[in-house]
Amino acid sequence: MKIDSSKIKLFSTIGPRATFGMTCLELIKEDKKLMLLTADVSTSAGLDRYKKKHNDNYIDVGIAEQNMIGMAAGLSTEGYNVFTTTFSPFQTLRCCEQIKVNLGYMKNKVIMVGLASGIVLGTLGYTHCSIEDISVMRSIPNITVINPADCLEVYKAAFALLKYDKPAYLRLTGTTNSPQVYNDDYNFEIGKSIVLKKGSMGTIFCTGSMVHPSLIAANKLYLEKKIDLQVVNVHTIKPLDVVEITSHINSSKKIFTIEEHSIIGGLGSAIAEVNCSLPNPINQTFIGLPDHYGEGGEYEDLKVRYGLTEDSIYQKVCEIFKSI
Amino acid sequence: MSSDEKKIKEIKELSKKIRLNIIKMALEAGSSSAHIGGAFSLADVVASLYHSFINFSKNPQDKNRDRFILSKGHACLVYYSILKEIGYLNEEDLKSFEKTGSILLGHPIKNLQKGIEFSTGSLGMGLSIANGIALSFKKKKVNNRIYVVMGDGELNEGSVWEAIMSAAHFELDNLTIIIDKNGYQQTGTNDEIVRMFDLEKKFNSFNLHTETIDGHSIKEIYETLQKFKDIKKPCVLIANTIKGKGFSQFEHDNAWHHKVLTKKTYDEALIEINNQ
Repeated sequence: MKIDSSKIKLFSTIGPRATFGMTCLELIKEDKKLMLLTADVSTSAGLDRYKKKHNDNYIDVGIAEQNMIGMAAGLSTEGYNVFTTTFSPFQTLRCCEQIKVNLGYMKNKVIMVGLASGIVLGTLGYTHCSIEDISVMRSIPNITVINPADCLEVYKAAFALLKYDKPAYLRLTGTTNSPQVYNDDYNFEIGKSIVLKKGSMGTIFCTGSMVHPSLIAANKLYLEKKIDLQVVNVHTIKPLDVVEITSHINSSKKIFTIEEHSIIGGLGSAIAEVNCSLPNPINQTFIGLPDHYGEGGEYEDLKVRYGLTEDSIYQKVCEIFKSI
Repeated sequence: MSSDEKKIKEIKELSKKIRLNIIKMALEAGSSSAHIGGAFSLADVVASLYHSFINFSKNPQDKNRDRFILSKGHACLVYYSILKEIGYLNEEDLKSFEKTGSILLGHPIKNLQKGIEFSTGSLGMGLSIANGIALSFKKKKVNNRIYVVMGDGELNEGSVWEAIMSAAHFELDNLTIIIDKNGYQQTGTNDEIVRMFDLEKKFNSFNLHTETIDGHSIKEIYETLQKFKDIKKPCVLIANTIKGKGFSQFEHDNAWHHKVLTKKTYDEALIEINNQ
């Protein structure tokens, strides 16, 4: 598939899940041993066309996520390039120990795709929200964790993971009509963070759905307040791009971490693990979801409530710089 | 002697060697303790499988090899013992059991060169892996078979029943499940902890083919596994076994689920097993 501006626009319109489904139609052209597993969520994973067209490379295991991970591991040992798909809470926490043993411990290459992570399904309540997944997945040895910044990055990450040789968790955040971080094709490499905006006064490390609002806020901060922040898209939370991140921290007076995830154990914690081991750690502000299960609600409302919008990021940064 | 009688004699001899290897390793484990009861109950089944059913190969890449998953990973002593008898492990390997840095810990760790294809130990996971492999064989249109051994206590795990449902749904007739039904789990009998009721009926109601046999009768194990090859459904062999079978002091005493084997008991076991 040729990636051009109309394709990127289409991805953003249809959202990360449908983009993933569309990507699968391309992945199978690259690898005939691709095997897509789902736990009765084919439509939600955007897999309806794929299912019809490539039924031999598609398995629905039913609502049985523990069994899905085990079967995925078995298929992987037999040479299939396996991707599993279901909603993020069920893809991760529901079958956490199967992931530990079958993928982490035995190093079977399976790519787990967590649909609708974060708080996008807030109207369904916290059973369907996923604010703990990065924390849990990154604590399992040998599991790579990727949270794409936009729909094009979902496409790019899926292709990179097809050729990757380790088990990984691909975390999809955002929804339909999601903003574009990238307007043109670019080089995506697992484990390599991307500087989206340079800046001399500090760094915003952000991931997934929070990359776009962080970038907008940073541009506005520069234009209106002359607060010149660097913005780094940390699409791969594990393995973390430690060398680059260390260099960004060392050149910053302040650092911010922004994620649609609990402030415990996610990107913020991963960056803090690097930061606090430096000879001169930099003051860090954690922006993310608080450690509680609050009231549910619509995605946009929840983002406002928890300070995950471009305006609230802007305000927060202004406050911090005022106090310095 | 007919060829079947000869086979049965050979399998019995193999079972004996397995039990001798088990006590040797248990003694080596010293104060770390060893899971002895559930390894002894499986010796006859495992000897039969490796003698007559599993097409194993010294080459881990051999496409024709069958697969074996010891889902009840704590019975690893029986597994290491048979791997020694078929040439994957040596005496030195066995002596390293549960020692620092050993490749042979108290639950199997994947090690293709040593014939261990899967890490197990957390109960209720082996059958799902087997399902994935069995389905791969079907998709590739190859005739390899896969054998999974589970404990009766292991059936407490809900994930087992997800996997059972799946094995039936995908019509995995290349899959054989063996239940080591010794009637005990860690802290008591199945009846005390979680009752099984009619296990055969349970499996059959999931649309599997199930047969219950004496898990220490080589003849019954052999004949039933032979029959399973022609049955067009996933098959379950419920092997009624005795926990600790093979040494009178271990038998029916659940303390031997996981216990330190002293030199004195080892010597007594050695004599009794050798005299069988």
